[in-house]
Amino acid sequence: MEIANIPFWDFFGVWVAALLTLFIFSFLYKDNPFYKFAEHLFVGISAGYFVGYYYYNVLLPNFWEPFYYQGRYEYLIAVILGITILFRLSRKQAWVSRFGFAFVIGCGAGINFISYLQSNALAQIYGTITPLVTLVSGEGGILVDWKNTVFNLVAIIGVCSALTYFYFSKPHKGFLGGVARLGIWFLMISFGASFGYTVMARISLLIGRMQFLIFDWIETTMNVINGNIAIGPIF
Amino acid sequence: MSSLDRRIIFLVVALAVIIPLLLPIGLPIKPTAPVKAFYDSIELISEGSYVLISFDYDPSTMPELQPMAISLLYHCFSKNLKVVMIALWPQGAQMADLAMETVNQQLQAEGKPLPEYGKDYVNLGYKSGGGLVIIGLATNFGAIFPLDTNGTRISELPLMDKVKSAHDLQAVFSLSAGDPGIPAWVMVSRMAGYPTPPQPGETDITGKMLLLGGATAVSAPQFYPYLNTNQMQGLLGGMRGAADYETLLALPGTASEGMDPQSIAHLVIVVFIIMANIFFFLEKRQEERKAT
Amino acid sequence: MKKQFPLAIVFIAGMIFIVQFFSPAFTPIQERFTHWYIVVAVFAFVLGLANLTRLNLQKIHRQQEGWIYSIPLLIGLVGMALCSFIFGIEEGPFVWLFNNMMLPMSATMFSLLAFFVASASYRAFRARHKEAVMLLVAAVIVMLGQVPIGSAGFMGHLRLSDITQWIMAYPNMAGQRAIMIGAALGVVAISLRILLGIERAYLGED
Repeated sequence: MEIANIPFWDFFGVWVAALLTLFIFSFLYKDNPFYKFAEHLFVGISAGYFVGYYYYNVLLPNFWEPFYYQGRYEYLIAVILGITILFRLSRKQAWVSRFGFAFVIGCGAGINFISYLQSNALAQIYGTITPLVTLVSGEGGILVDWKNTVFNLVAIIGVCSALTYFYFSKPHKGFLGGVARLGIWFLMISFGASFGYTVMARISLLIGRMQFLIFDWIETTMNVINGNIAIGPIF
Repeated sequence: MSSLDRRIIFLVVALAVIIPLLLPIGLPIKPTAPVKAFYDSIELISEGSYVLISFDYDPSTMPELQPMAISLLYHCFSKNLKVVMIALWPQGAQMADLAMETVNQQLQAEGKPLPEYGKDYVNLGYKSGGGLVIIGLATNFGAIFPLDTNGTRISELPLMDKVKSAHDLQAVFSLSAGDPGIPAWVMVSRMAGYPTPPQPGETDITGKMLLLGGATAVSAPQFYPYLNTNQMQGLLGGMRGAADYETLLALPGTASEGMDPQSIAHLVIVVFIIMANIFFFLEKRQEERKAT
Repeated sequence: MKKQFPLAIVFIAGMIFIVQFFSPAFTPIQERFTHWYIVVAVFAFVLGLANLTRLNLQKIHRQQEGWIYSIPLLIGLVGMALCSFIFGIEEGPFVWLFNNMMLPMSATMFSLLAFFVASASYRAFRARHKEAVMLLVAAVIVMLGQVPIGSAGFMGHLRLSDITQWIMAYPNMAGQRAIMIGAALGVVAISLRILLGIERAYLGED
């Protein structure tokens, strides 16, 4: 029977990954040096990763390529603005960083002004303005679609009452208070749904790690021990 | 009992995940409406069209989003769609490479031809700037992504001859773990003048652009308003969404495998919540009796 | 000048993006700003990197509490950066370090939250009043309806998964939409304040 082969560095890598995973899981028992070591190593490697990625994926193609190869010298302005940001590290000259940050903040504010207004305010208000009674054409002519009518009313009442809750210019008393109370109930249902989804998300991440530990680490190691898989040479 | 040592809770949760992985139950998975909408939207795209997949996540959300990426790429290549991959998160480009490796293995196992880099798909890598990258792509791909991840000029990639701006795309997919991600694509693409989406029920999508998303379960509930207003045409939410999509494609994957432990773990947490509330009410009644 | 010039930059940069939405004549300058922004954003990371390095070197130099852990941090940082410059980022040690160290540690850090969410649910999730009961009931229905168990039928044809989908599409959607509209108006207000120079916190102290 042909024995499967696993490259040495792949097998070694699985063991390194598994050990680092267990170091981090050890935090569940209590804080300990193994966890602290893995945590600090993770921060360092992540920072080093970003150095490489920003250099090859942004600086080279988006500055050097147009500046050096296409002669577009105005890109120097971007680098100068970027360098001003670094002055934040100096106590006396920190004011210089305002120029770079101003450019970044200004662009962001301009984009947010239009995009949030258009997509998250106007489009959502437009989506709420639906017919109070949904009609559908059927055998007997135009009929009331009771299911969608009720469901759409739930949505309209939900949006309006929840928005009323966020209106703090008048005290929540009487009719306004009643509507705001209804709004809180809709918000509580939203938060409950979000909590349910959050639990699902967190458990999914744990399942991912357990799949790695069981199938990629333990199962592969058992196969190597049983002779079903052979480890390749180091070089 | 209401102040149980949390390490016992940790142990129970760990066992609730490990045991079903070792002894699968095989609970049936029935795809939900947003996932069916996602699948049906892709089925509307005609063969040979150009689509963009934005890998807006990092390894911390891989269990939820990586199965979606693999299934999506598999679906696109099955329909002979041409795929442009970009990333708005630094590690996203690496996630794209890993997903392609898995898809290639799957296609090879099925005896299907492998997609060719440069002709069938390209990986243009990561770009900082979030929403501004989306704005830039509306008019000029080459100015934002002059090189691909290998350092090759995009003018040397045959696929990019046909994709000069977002107007050449039939669909944009965002696999999103946060910001920048789905919210940026939905909000900024409209502002930047991307093609409008098709209306619900419209089958001829020539000149239109679909916007579809895959989100982590943490953020999925907040995108339902976008689905309702047709700002998005489909949504995969969390590992369940990924499992539903794998089921529709009849593609075995880690998300479907994860549904059994997901079910048991959820059941365990619900039992914990119910137990805690029972103890809470019992203790409250005891205190009231002591007071009287 | 130290304050006025940056405020002018904020106003001009922001207004270019706003005006371009209404008048395509401003598209060339908006494109130029977009391309510059991508480069400038990298330097914000460089600032963070410089700060991280400085703080950890200081910690080692002054032998502050936990200084020993700054050593693997700096070794990881320098090692990964050197690997990228010497071997490139498409293959070799850089990719090996990413796949076998960064990827598993990143994934595991977030998977710890599964345990804490279970522990928090047991210890803190109490139905003390009506609103909490609504939150709890919605959470339980969604948690069970989102997994294959919820596809089991009861009461004839009604499934927990169908109830979950209805909750997500209607009451949840309504609540999320209200939050979205409120937050959007807030963002618009703060963006306007920044553009007009009323909000100046980002400028820092004099």
